[in-house]
Amino acid sequence: MDITIFMQQMINGFSLGSMYALIAIGYTMVYGVLRLINFAHGDIMMVGGFLGYFGIAILGLPFAAAVLLAVVGSALLGMLSDRVAYRPLRNAPKISLLITAIGVSFFLENAFNVFFGGVPRAFPVPTYLEEIIDFHGLTMPVSALLVPIVTAMLLAIILWVLFKTKYGMAIRALAFDVGTVNLMGIDANRIITMVFGIGSALAAVGGIFWAVNYPSVEPMMGVLVGLKAFAAAVVGGIGSVGGAVLGGLIIGFTEVVVIAFFPELGGYKDAFAFIFLILILLFKPTGILGIDFEKSRF
Amino acid sequence: MQLTFSKQHGINSAIVIIAIWFIWFASGHFDEYTVRILNNIAIFIILAASYNLINGVTGQFSLEPNGFVAIGAYVTALLLVSPDAKMYQYAIVDPYPFVLTLHANFFTALILGGIFSAFLAFCLSLPVFRVRGDYLAIVTLGFGFIIKILAINNPEVTNGSLGLNDIPEFSNLYWTGGIAIIAVIVILNIVNSKFGRAMKAVRDDEDAAIAMGVNTFKAKTLAFCTSAFFEGIGGGLLAALLTSISPDLFDFFFTFQLLIIIVLGGLGSTTGAIIGTVLVVGGSEWMRFLDEPITLFGHTTAAMPGMRMVVFSLALIFIMLFAREGIMGKRELKELFKSRKKGGK
Repeated sequence: MDITIFMQQMINGFSLGSMYALIAIGYTMVYGVLRLINFAHGDIMMVGGFLGYFGIAILGLPFAAAVLLAVVGSALLGMLSDRVAYRPLRNAPKISLLITAIGVSFFLENAFNVFFGGVPRAFPVPTYLEEIIDFHGLTMPVSALLVPIVTAMLLAIILWVLFKTKYGMAIRALAFDVGTVNLMGIDANRIITMVFGIGSALAAVGGIFWAVNYPSVEPMMGVLVGLKAFAAAVVGGIGSVGGAVLGGLIIGFTEVVVIAFFPELGGYKDAFAFIFLILILLFKPTGILGIDFEKSRF
Repeated sequence: MQLTFSKQHGINSAIVIIAIWFIWFASGHFDEYTVRILNNIAIFIILAASYNLINGVTGQFSLEPNGFVAIGAYVTALLLVSPDAKMYQYAIVDPYPFVLTLHANFFTALILGGIFSAFLAFCLSLPVFRVRGDYLAIVTLGFGFIIKILAINNPEVTNGSLGLNDIPEFSNLYWTGGIAIIAVIVILNIVNSKFGRAMKAVRDDEDAAIAMGVNTFKAKTLAFCTSAFFEGIGGGLLAALLTSISPDLFDFFFTFQLLIIIVLGGLGSTTGAIIGTVLVVGGSEWMRFLDEPITLFGHTTAAMPGMRMVVFSLALIFIMLFAREGIMGKRELKELFKSRKKGGK
């Protein structure tokens, strides 16, 4: 295998991994404050992709405006799902919350399926994102290069918010003890809503990138990506934003590189994330950079 | 277990006799469509009661029944399809020679499906029960997914995404209903035994259960394997009812259906699982009109396939928000009324 192909695969893996990372950040932040696996997160990403599609194909907006529409719309949807479906269950057993999240996820998938049809729709990718860059024999579309750059920028912003602002301090405090945070005069519900907003906005960006790279949107596109991104969040260490990005990159790289070197394993591509997940839970349940939330048995 | 013949035993026996009479009556008198729905209900009673054992009674939120049902369905189907029918089905690659020689009668095939499924559950219990709560949910979801991927990627055995066809239609109301009765009796006996009390202790407070000397791992594994065994048998019955199976049948949606059944009936109640099955499977047939064009005030809407699923997912959210206990809560029939019985079989 020559170096060009190897580098090419590396870039592809980096690009795919960045998309998983964007979605994994939302999982990890929501898990941090609520201890909830937000099953609907992958579907919020799908809604983001659809809003982008509607913005460009129906409203005729330029790409950047469509992205903005998708980000704002998804953030509102994420906050709404928290307000309607999760907030009434704050004191309920965690399993109830999980079942509700599964319900929200199925509702979004099926509602989009009923109203917009299950047939994939071609995503109108702007031509400047489709241009091919040729760098010493390495070829890639602009979009594949854009994903890691945007992810890195968004990660920097999130880390800045988390560690340098008052709101970030509140989010980190919530991850430790909700009761005490309330006693300190912080409205925990407002912070949780904010976390849902941030996570969903990032998922929308991920959804748009997904729609650009595999130029189509369909109601079930978020299911598998969402599950893999969750696996990525656990592999990296749930509760840690840096870990989510690391986990996303690991899973993205594995998928691309293993398929490149062992094409006969192609059918198992979708299983890698879960195999990683199971291995990490067996040997280091807190993940690579994780915080020990769950008391582990044995 | 009491050996004296109490009033409760009398009621239980009466229910079983009524159920057997109903199966006999329905097989002879109802039309084909109704019998088919009753077959579905009976199979889903097996699946829901066994899913409830791990999810409701033991409190381990497994999302894997689709995987176990798939194993049972594939094992049964491979044993039932005749070698001639297999010869021309495998379109992707030629099957392994041993696949062609597999053959067994219906009963053996069902039992083997259950045993395979339970054996797999036994092997998985070690990694799965290292984690708790929502982690367990996602790990079991992952395993269920991997089983589906394995079915797609081993066409030498499973015929890949084309699935297996021409499975002899052995399932009838005597088989499905009879096994449903046996499954419910076995599961209720487990729930009321020493092991059942250990399972409930694990659900209510695992740490306290450990402190009291309950072997929680054993209780969880027993629940997991028993539930997988019956899910495997249910899968076999389903395969012999549908006459064709493919990996797509056994995706997460299948688990979702079972989840809504046991949540509606009340997590932890076998009676609830039965009532939930009748409501969800029967209701799903009744709501078929939702998927078709609806005329409302002179306007006709376009056909909306999938509308039922929207209703079911909303129902799941509403039950969780406003009636978290479901219909039965954790109670069984005898704890609710001493003598009334509805929807049972």
